[in-house]
Amino acid sequence: MGRRTPRPEGPWDIVIVGGGNAALCAALTAAEAGRSVLILEAAPESYRGGNSRHTRNFRCMHRQPMSVLTETYGEEEYFDDLRVVTKGETDETLARLVIRETEECLPWMRRHGVHFQPSLSGTLSLSRTNAFFLGGGKALVNAYYNVARDLGVSVVYEARVDHVHIEGDRAIGVDVSVAGAAARRIAARAVVLASGGFQSDLDWLTRAWGPAAANFLIRGTPHNRGVVLKNMIDQGCPSVGDPTQCHCVAIDGRAPKFDGGICTRLDCVPFSIVVNRDGDRFYDEGEDTWPKRYAIWGRLVAAQPDQIGFSIIDSKSTDLFMPSVFPPIRADDIEELAEKLGLDPVRLGRTVAAFNAACQDGRFHPTERDGLTTIGLDPPKSNWARPIDTPPYFAYQLRPGVTFTYLGLKVDTTARVEGPHGRLANVWAAGEIMAGSILGRGYLAGFGMAIGTVFGRIAGREAAAHVA
Amino acid sequence: MSLDPSLVSTSSPSIIEARRQLEICNACRYCEGYCSVFPAMMRDAVHGVAELTHLANLCHNCRGCHYSCQYAAPHAFALNLPAALAEVRQASWERHLRPAILVKIFQEGWTATVVTMLAATAALYAAASLRGADASAPFYDKLPHTWMVAFFLPAVVLPIVAVAAGLRSYWRETCGDRMALSAVMAATRSVARMTNLACGHGEGCNYEKGDRYSNARRFAHQAVLVGFLLCFLATASATVMHYLFQWPAPYGFGSPPKILGVTGGVLLVLGSAAMILLKRRADPDLGSRRVLRGEYAFICLVGLTALSGSALTFASGTDPSKALLAFHLGCVATLFLTLPFTKMVHGAFRLATLIIEAQKAHPKDDQGGSS
Ligand SMILES: Cc1cc2nc3c(=O)[nH]c(=O)nc-3n(C[C@H](O)[C@H](O)[C@H](O)COP(=O)(O)OP(=O)(O)OC[C@H]3O[C@@H](n4cnc5c(N)ncnc54)[C@H](O)[C@@H]3O)c2cc1C
Ligand code: SF4
Ligand code: SF4
Repeated sequence: MGRRTPRPEGPWDIVIVGGGNAALCAALTAAEAGRSVLILEAAPESYRGGNSRHTRNFRCMHRQPMSVLTETYGEEEYFDDLRVVTKGETDETLARLVIRETEECLPWMRRHGVHFQPSLSGTLSLSRTNAFFLGGGKALVNAYYNVARDLGVSVVYEARVDHVHIEGDRAIGVDVSVAGAAARRIAARAVVLASGGFQSDLDWLTRAWGPAAANFLIRGTPHNRGVVLKNMIDQGCPSVGDPTQCHCVAIDGRAPKFDGGICTRLDCVPFSIVVNRDGDRFYDEGEDTWPKRYAIWGRLVAAQPDQIGFSIIDSKSTDLFMPSVFPPIRADDIEELAEKLGLDPVRLGRTVAAFNAACQDGRFHPTERDGLTTIGLDPPKSNWARPIDTPPYFAYQLRPGVTFTYLGLKVDTTARVEGPHGRLANVWAAGEIMAGSILGRGYLAGFGMAIGTVFGRIAGREAAAHVA
Repeated sequence: MSLDPSLVSTSSPSIIEARRQLEICNACRYCEGYCSVFPAMMRDAVHGVAELTHLANLCHNCRGCHYSCQYAAPHAFALNLPAALAEVRQASWERHLRPAILVKIFQEGWTATVVTMLAATAALYAAASLRGADASAPFYDKLPHTWMVAFFLPAVVLPIVAVAAGLRSYWRETCGDRMALSAVMAATRSVARMTNLACGHGEGCNYEKGDRYSNARRFAHQAVLVGFLLCFLATASATVMHYLFQWPAPYGFGSPPKILGVTGGVLLVLGSAAMILLKRRADPDLGSRRVLRGEYAFICLVGLTALSGSALTFASGTDPSKALLAFHLGCVATLFLTLPFTKMVHGAFRLATLIIEAQKAHPKDDQGGSS
């Protein structure tokens, strides 16, 4: 393509901050347009790819069956699904832009080495709407890095950007520290910011959430510390979103502090009762099917004392959900279980007895709302309410697991970042770092990768056009 | 889901490690589409020794699941499924094949293979020399046919009996059902196409190119397999010609044994050379490291057998022919003699496992029942 690779300090046509899905989509698009591209990724090579390496699927609009996706999933239905989970707190223009573009993204992803597989067993309810990556997000990230390399994109690992130089309405470069060395300036004609949310900066989380944040587990990369996001906000760029809003699910309390990923997820809640530290129930475990409810349980547990919950099932239910990576705590009676969990046996016994007494006879159906509800119990359990009475009993400890934060930079339909005095001339943002522009609250499975892919491609295209 | 604590702590370290890793996979399932290990893993409610042994022999070490694993080291979960299953697989052959000590010696090192090869060559050379035949004499004057039969018959029959006994014991452990014809057909199809080495998407496995996919190993392996079958057919056709048509060796270039043998030999030489090159570039930590030398020795043996066989074809009538013939037959003898002990057995175990898997995946197909 007649492109020269500049010296390390630049000037590069395009410097991309971050090395996850959004960054890579921007890099591939810009490199294919013939630009010199440098990716600065904070993680070491073995951990490259940020949260994207933990993902499993991509929510995709399609007007006819496409690849592994069955039937159809149109723009209106997709947007409706989003409106319901966000309770209307979404930017309709940007959201519809993402939704419409996903249809074109899927073939693009395949052309760039991503392989899809049918919906994983245990997730059949997503086979129409979400395309699953064969091998998961790390396979996707590997594929993109390989294509990037073939296109001549340069990548530096362990490269943490901590400052974006903005003069007037233009960025002239970034400061990066490689493998802990002193920061160096790298010059750029255009900059794409794709460095994720701030969820791994526990101090920032604590400022937003208070001391409760100390008990949060971070499901993904420890490198998304919001350094660049904060740097841009400090330079006067407006942010959108509320710092306490994030995707937060209930995960196994034994998960590692960072990078526990998907396998620490617990799907047992609808078939269980969930009690807090005091042995009391606090929310309707059977409100709706699990895919529709799992994203609220992180916040529910976060609101309990010590940010902990215990999901308790009996032996009738062990085979009804996908296993977690950690074996449950097991006991032959409720008192013994309480002791093993460090709960008051009397109170837990009372809670279980009250629940059992409120259960009714009826048809139990694990995969749909079966209306098997408790009567006269507060809070109720509206579906799948079967008495906990068949030993052995099992319990899982629940903690809030933060996936990613929403507070982000404000962008327009061309992914251009809003500066202190209107749009910046040559800075674009994609992925989690601008998710707040679209998601006010709530979450739709597979939408994170949709935002990153769509906006990554837009950012790459616009940045490439800018330096042409 | 295995919530049965009685399974834990009663098994060997390799079994415990494989179970630990598979439990993580079972909670993750991202690799479901790569190969049949994952659907089989999710089908089983418990992962005892029998189930794990079956899964380990279903894995063909394509490494797809490793390069895409979000939990691979340096992650604390330290997933390395190809290596964990390789250890269990290796142990299962050592458990079912007798004598166990020979299995271990041949699998782990190259010395035993080399010594056997040299000894067999020397014995055959001595036998040929005893006859004192000169180089220009007809083929069977160098080594009379009856001698060869007397030598090779036990060398072939005994090892095959040993492998059959091992397979029987393996079958009992991992399956227990009677063999179904439809399952045999399905398994054979799968081998012929090397379906599993395509890694679910047709671009091949992650072997010699790290996280890039490649079909090189699939093609190299297929060359070896087809080459082997052709050479086998060549020998079979020669036997038929010898006994049925009273037409003894040597055969001309247009004859069936020659055509089959030469094509097979070339495929074997190229295939095993490619296998060695690929293996040198692959990451040894994604397999069972302790059998690496034994595996190299085995591929070299296959390659040398084919190479000497091909050389023989061209050297007929010249003087080195006697030494070469002894060497070639020494290699062939070693291949057969060590059948139960070298990497060669993987073919038998893998085919058996694919048949068992076809039966487990579609139970009662043959009875026409539903389940
Ligand atoms: C366990 C888990 C499962 C998920 N599953 C799904 C799913 O199935 N489908 C879906 O759509 N979404 C899923 N998500 C959400 C999804 O991961 C994100 O929405 C998406 O990956 C965001 O992409 P990104 O490129 O913006 O961020 P990331 O992929 O996180 O990339 C950010 C990159 O920036 C780098 N970085 C950070 N700071 C700096 C700095 N200062 N300098 C240089 N580089 C920096 C990081 O190292 C990282 O490489 C999941 C998230 C998690 C944690
Ligand atoms: S190998 Fe890794 S990514 Fe694949 S299923 Fe197992 S745990 Fe998941
Ligand atoms: S190495 Fe290949 S065959 Fe073995 S389990 Fe992994 S994906 Fe399956």
